[in-house]
Amino acid sequence: MDFATIIELLDSAVRLGTPLLLACLAGLFSERAGIFDIGLEGKMLMAAFFSAAVAAVTGSAWLGLLAGIGGAMSLTLVHGLASITFRGNQLISGVAVNFLASGFTVLIAQSWFQQGGRTPQLSGNARFEPITLPGADAVKDVPVIGQIYDNLLSGHTILVYVAFAMVPLTWWVLFRTRFGLRLRAVGENPESVDTAGVSVIRLRYTAVAITGVLSGLAGTYLATGLAAGFVKEMTAGRGYIALAALIFAKWRPVPALGATMLFGLLEAISNRYPNIDLGVVNLPIQFMQAVPYILTVVILAGFIGKAIPPRAGGQPYVKER
Amino acid sequence: MEKTPKWIDVGLIPLLNLLIAFVISGIVVLLIGENPVQAIKVMIDGALGSPYGWGYTLFYATNFIFTGLAVAVAYHASQFNIGGEGQATLGGLGVALVCLAFPWPHWSIALLAAMIGGALFGAAWAAIPAYLQAKRGSHIVITTIMFNFIGASLLNYMLVNVLRPRGSMDPATARFPKSTYLPTFHDMPLIGQFFGKSVPANISFFIAVLACFLVWGLIWRTRLGYAIRAFGRSESAARYAGISPVKIVMAAMLISGALAGLMAINNVMGTGHRLVLNSVEGAGFIGIAVALMGRNHPFGVFLAALLFGFLYQGGGELALETTIPRELITVIQALVILFTGAFDNMLRAPIESFFVARANAKKEA
Repeated sequence: MDFATIIELLDSAVRLGTPLLLACLAGLFSERAGIFDIGLEGKMLMAAFFSAAVAAVTGSAWLGLLAGIGGAMSLTLVHGLASITFRGNQLISGVAVNFLASGFTVLIAQSWFQQGGRTPQLSGNARFEPITLPGADAVKDVPVIGQIYDNLLSGHTILVYVAFAMVPLTWWVLFRTRFGLRLRAVGENPESVDTAGVSVIRLRYTAVAITGVLSGLAGTYLATGLAAGFVKEMTAGRGYIALAALIFAKWRPVPALGATMLFGLLEAISNRYPNIDLGVVNLPIQFMQAVPYILTVVILAGFIGKAIPPRAGGQPYVKER
Repeated sequence: MEKTPKWIDVGLIPLLNLLIAFVISGIVVLLIGENPVQAIKVMIDGALGSPYGWGYTLFYATNFIFTGLAVAVAYHASQFNIGGEGQATLGGLGVALVCLAFPWPHWSIALLAAMIGGALFGAAWAAIPAYLQAKRGSHIVITTIMFNFIGASLLNYMLVNVLRPRGSMDPATARFPKSTYLPTFHDMPLIGQFFGKSVPANISFFIAVLACFLVWGLIWRTRLGYAIRAFGRSESAARYAGISPVKIVMAAMLISGALAGLMAINNVMGTGHRLVLNSVEGAGFIGIAVALMGRNHPFGVFLAALLFGFLYQGGGELALETTIPRELITVIQALVILFTGAFDNMLRAPIESFFVARANAKKEA
């Protein structure tokens, strides 16, 4: 494998890892605030559809982005109502959200576009185009550093750069602001937050709203950056892989970047080399596809460091009377 | 403390929730520019208007009884088994291996063996998440989700690389020997004359009904069932009473996985007569909706499975006869899960407080 191939693999790892990263950070805000979210898949799917649909009709990727966020937000609201206001089972609500998105997107797509549950192909301004970073063309021929800059760092859509910027931003918000302290506290010990006179309900709704925005970005990137339009079930389990990455990263933003890029790289490798012959064993493509899930089970089992979720996660908060 | 009457708890509230789910589904149909009344007519006609429709409705219902019971049994031990899909997938593998392993002399013997195979494979697929939950506290919801995906990959590998007959391009096993074909409703005495040859409902339906009775007996009439329910209500109390959490979680999940795996005698052995990719078709997930609606009671599960069988078959007809895609069923399923599951407190809290207040008022008067 030569250097150019490695760069290409890493480049496609970044593309494939970006939706996972955005979804993973989305889940991080929710779960850190004590709301389990297995509905990331559905929110991404909803965002993918609405962003592609609005982008197709208006010809503007930016309007598509707004619609995508709106789509994800609507499901966030459902999940928030179920888990915060009605104190229902958050896991059941997440399952419902996923099915809602999976059925609703096809239903609306068929009704609006009559193309068998997909949106029209997006082109031009309806998609987020790759951005060439300044000077990328000039250094293209410089060995190693030039290649890395031109092929790996430059040439992604704006959403990829936003996703990467979200990592330090998330870290800063969570660990360096008062809001972040309260958000983490509400996921560990909501009584203490309540005692301090801060509204648990409002904090949790804020957290799931951030989840809505980020999973909206993730879905929008899928449909208008990575692909050129919406097709039925296009998230294809990415929401669950993001969830796996979140556990893998033990609910921390910087490891989340590592985990999602690792899973992106695995996908890039299995796309490029369907069968990997290691001499002794031949790794089939099906194994490569299952690796993120297997790794997550191993992590959850606590054989490689223990993954401990936020303590109040999954429990509705009942104020004492 | 006053309790609300039982008919409210298991009758009125679930029905109201269901009603809301259906009204919203109707609104969705209106939104996509179709007529909901017409849609219901097409569905009823397609699913219940003919023996042909019934044959399909009961066929789907059979799948959902098995997966619904699977979710219900785990739920009694307060385990949310979201992995029915993967367990049913593996059950299919077990059934297929049994059917292909041996030139079975008669379908009845093949069926018994296939039931063991399907149940064992389904249980095995539930065993690892159950063990990790019981011994290491790994959240069973996440691990069973992961096992759904791992199971899909495993089946894909087995079908493409191992079980595919030489020269075939299809990722599927060879056809099972004729002697393993189960009798369909058409082949049965008394009812056979009503059903056509192409009807998929088969003897598995009766096994599913039997499973309802057995699960009822297990949960409410055995020592293990008592331990499962006690553990499900309060882990610490059960522990104090000498009930081993590891044993209960394992037992409940193995039974749950076995039930999900048993589904394969219907969809793989009963009709497909070979194992294909994605033969489960989401039935494992529908089991969640079925168990929620049936309030985890086998009789409730039976009724809910019939309803979903109707929706499934009716939805198929809808897609054929109107421009409404069959994904409408997914939306209805989601709304049923949402309102009977996650939004349950929305109606329950006000209704219960109303009855408590009324009971208190009576007492004072």
